[in-house]
Amino acid sequence: MVFLSSARVVLDQADISRAVRRISHEIVENSRGSDDLIILGIPTRGVPLARRIAETVAQIEGHPVPCGALDVTLYRDDLRLREVRALEPTDIPAQGIDGCTVVLVDDVLYSGRTIRAALDAVHDLGRPAIVRLAVMIDRGHRELPIRPDFIGKNLPTAKDETVRVRFVEIDGVDDVMIDSESVGDADAG
Amino acid sequence: MQMLGKHLLSAGDLDRAQALMILDTTAELASVTERSVKKLPTLRGRTVVNLFFEDSTRTRLSFELAAKRLSADVITFSAKGSSVSKGESLKDTALTLEAMGADAVIVRHGASGAPYRLATAGWIDGSVINAGDGTHEHPTQALLDAYTLRSHICGGQGDLQGVHVVIVGDVLHSRVARSNVLLLHTLGAEVTLVAPPTLIPVGVESWPCSVSYHLDDALMQADAVMMLRVQAERMAGSYFPSTLEYSRLYGLDAPRLELLKDRAIVMHPGPMNRGLEISADVADSSRAVIVEQVANGVNVRMACLYLLLGGAGSQAGGD
Repeated sequence: MVFLSSARVVLDQADISRAVRRISHEIVENSRGSDDLIILGIPTRGVPLARRIAETVAQIEGHPVPCGALDVTLYRDDLRLREVRALEPTDIPAQGIDGCTVVLVDDVLYSGRTIRAALDAVHDLGRPAIVRLAVMIDRGHRELPIRPDFIGKNLPTAKDETVRVRFVEIDGVDDVMIDSESVGDADAG
Repeated sequence: MQMLGKHLLSAGDLDRAQALMILDTTAELASVTERSVKKLPTLRGRTVVNLFFEDSTRTRLSFELAAKRLSADVITFSAKGSSVSKGESLKDTALTLEAMGADAVIVRHGASGAPYRLATAGWIDGSVINAGDGTHEHPTQALLDAYTLRSHICGGQGDLQGVHVVIVGDVLHSRVARSNVLLLHTLGAEVTLVAPPTLIPVGVESWPCSVSYHLDDALMQADAVMMLRVQAERMAGSYFPSTLEYSRLYGLDAPRLELLKDRAIVMHPGPMNRGLEISADVADSSRAVIVEQVANGVNVRMACLYLLLGGAGSQAGGD
């Protein structure tokens, strides 16, 4: 990235790991120990976050928690506004999602349009009993009536700022940065 | 991301990255076919026209289903029973489709080059997909064959480096063979064409493949053998003395199946002439992936439609 000087780190590795632990505890508390929990990450960076949450919930609960990936590209409402995008892997646990509590996981919640697409995708996959939403960063500026159930950090931003979440699994480092230069927003969701 | 062009006219136009992108997209779309709601909203409000001047079962149904699964509106037009049988020209037909607002035209035509003409003449604005033109090309068939090969031989990932494919039969009249030779070569596979000398096209030396007249020798090397249909409707003269002789020398039967490597697969683009280029017991054997090719065809065509129509295309840049 070119404008590193204007970027500010808002969460470091320890902050992220604490946030993951807290979100996981909240999910356990909220689901009252039900054993039909499924954690679904939205690519790209929702997927490693979902995996971490699933592992942490599994440690707390003492049994494995199914975890998968849900690519929502084909359900987006802005396909015609951009060049065609490559599809990311979708990986739904074999038992399906009917009757389960599905927790959707994404890195940044912004307009809410990605989650709208994800809800449509979930609807086509089956009928979960409950759908919840966990995000690392809620940066505001919602364009749809969507709110998260579990939040790593509320981060009030201006529209011309960019929030960048990085995870070791993909970027080699864990942090969240806010960038006031407009260098093209990677997190349109 | 490596973009496809606006049209899909020839398997030879695809470079390795584009071909792999289509195969990877196909793999993701394949999961849609397995779920109970087999529908995606991706191409809502787009119109896809199937323009078929030649008979077809598989390709037409496959494109129609692929477009419907992506929620496009589909119109199917066959030359029989239309104004084409009253003598309407390709141009006038194209202008009619343009007036109706077609976003994509999938064309099959008996004349080689008809899709190219449609794409470049400026009659229509939409994408043109070649669904088979004369004896020239059939790119989506080659793509579904490559996808089938990759899932059986390469574990469903990467290219086809080192895979040996033997294509047998009526190469002269086969658009499937031509598209496959070009695409499989791009993906790193080694292709051997086997046919009687009368059914090998002029200029085959310039194709990126080897040629043999002896089926048994070629079969022993093969990871996959692709049998081509003997296209009686395109044969004005006689290209071989008798069907019995053809079937003895170039047909795939049970004894020949034994020559193949253990994990080698048998493919056929369909429709089959059972008893001529392929015997019934081979067509129904566990080696044959012919029905799977049809299933993969729907997914490959969904991938092509998504990649050609799913974005802003040439109308706009990024946001």
